[in-house]
Amino acid sequence: MCLSIPSKVVEIDENNYATVDTMGVKRKVTLDLISEEVNVGDYVLIHVGFAMNKISKEEAEDSIAAYNEIAEAMREGEISEDEGNNNYV
Amino acid sequence: MSEVDLIEGFRDPVHMKALAALIKKECKSKINIMEVCGGHTHTIMKFGLSQILPELIEFVHGPGCPVCIMPKERIDHAIALASMPNTILATLGDMIRVPGSKTSLQKLRAEGKDIRSLYSPLDVIKIAQENPDKNVVFFAIGFETTTPMSAVLMQHAIENKLTNVFFHINHVTVPEAVEAIMSSGDALIDAFLGPSHVSVITGYKIYEPIAEKYHTPIVVAGFEPTDVMESVLRIVRQVNAGKSVVDNEYARAVSREGNLKAQALVNTYFEKRSHFRWRGIGDIPNSALKLRAEYAAFDAEIVFDDVLPKTELNDHKLCICGDILKGRAKPFDCKVFGKACTPTNPMGSCMVSSEGACSAYFKYGKLNLKGARA
Ligand code: SF4
Repeated sequence: MCLSIPSKVVEIDENNYATVDTMGVKRKVTLDLISEEVNVGDYVLIHVGFAMNKISKEEAEDSIAAYNEIAEAMREGEISEDEGNNNYV
Repeated sequence: MSEVDLIEGFRDPVHMKALAALIKKECKSKINIMEVCGGHTHTIMKFGLSQILPELIEFVHGPGCPVCIMPKERIDHAIALASMPNTILATLGDMIRVPGSKTSLQKLRAEGKDIRSLYSPLDVIKIAQENPDKNVVFFAIGFETTTPMSAVLMQHAIENKLTNVFFHINHVTVPEAVEAIMSSGDALIDAFLGPSHVSVITGYKIYEPIAEKYHTPIVVAGFEPTDVMESVLRIVRQVNAGKSVVDNEYARAVSREGNLKAQALVNTYFEKRSHFRWRGIGDIPNSALKLRAEYAAFDAEIVFDDVLPKTELNDHKLCICGDILKGRAKPFDCKVFGKACTPTNPMGSCMVSSEGACSAYFKYGKLNLKGARA
């Protein structure tokens, strides 16, 4: 039931409905459950026709930066791809 | 950052491999991790995460699929309500497919009853306005994620002075179900992946008593594959450090306090039920909500009490969903899995929706056979 994909706000109307774009698919969702200000260009999580929350781009970027660092460590051989495999089974 | 990065950045195979390598490096002991939410079950199966993780990590698929946990007698309620004259029954998701004791909503609809699958609970308002001479019953299902949406529907129904809208409330709550599984004493669960969307609404504070009481690390995880991988890594690190606290991997959407506006709306219209029977688990105290007494005129369970069947119905005795939920068995261990019990003809709770453990194994089983117990 849960749609995990972030949707981008492309329009907000006077009835507190937003048109969002989810990977190219446009739909209308109500902003009734959100207390903060939502602006065009923000990302929201949607569930059964409701925006549930804004998604923090900064937090998302932090996560991806951390993954890039781990991937870099693997490329440099600090973590082996096969490390520990089958050592304890 | 583009929208694609917000999605692809969390599905990047290089990132998944790197996280898997780090988990292999650091994981020293067997850890059974329950993913409470069916959305995580789906991610784990779809992306074959068990395959890239070390065998020391085992997933236990939890009770977090709202369709799966609905006991048959409540489906029979929906069927009885939909069978009333001049009635439109509206609900969400897979609910329509699930068989009750004799039939399903889907079959009833094929026989001509007016049963509608909604995109959003708010569609009920329009249906009720367009059909003033009919009763519109909203069969409400879902965890803490969906309860606020039912609350907003209630608010709109009152604002629009609608007298032909009724609610059959089946909203259930995560902490009490987890407590029921853990307090049985025989569950083989060392840590939890906390639900994504439930936590968006409730905040991650709701898991703190469980982490403390049962000494289990709980990491609230997003739905993307790297979210799950990173959360497993965080669990491994807690286990290694002898810690058991609630941690939040899904910080881009979840806070400790959650969505306060949604919580306030839920409180306005709903209160705890003293008991609710969960399919596959049984009776769990305080694990569900009902409308507050002042909204009794909207409550289908009160208004239409005379048509609702009262018999409790259990699953077939061969069904081992209860053991699966406790990490004591895998779907493959069930004698009727994939034979007498399939998604088109489910015998037990974990086969009824695509988010249930048995149904996910049925669909993606081949990808995950490596991690399966013989
Ligand atoms: S395969 Fe069917 S009967 Fe067996 S445990 Fe799963 S849901 Fe129950």
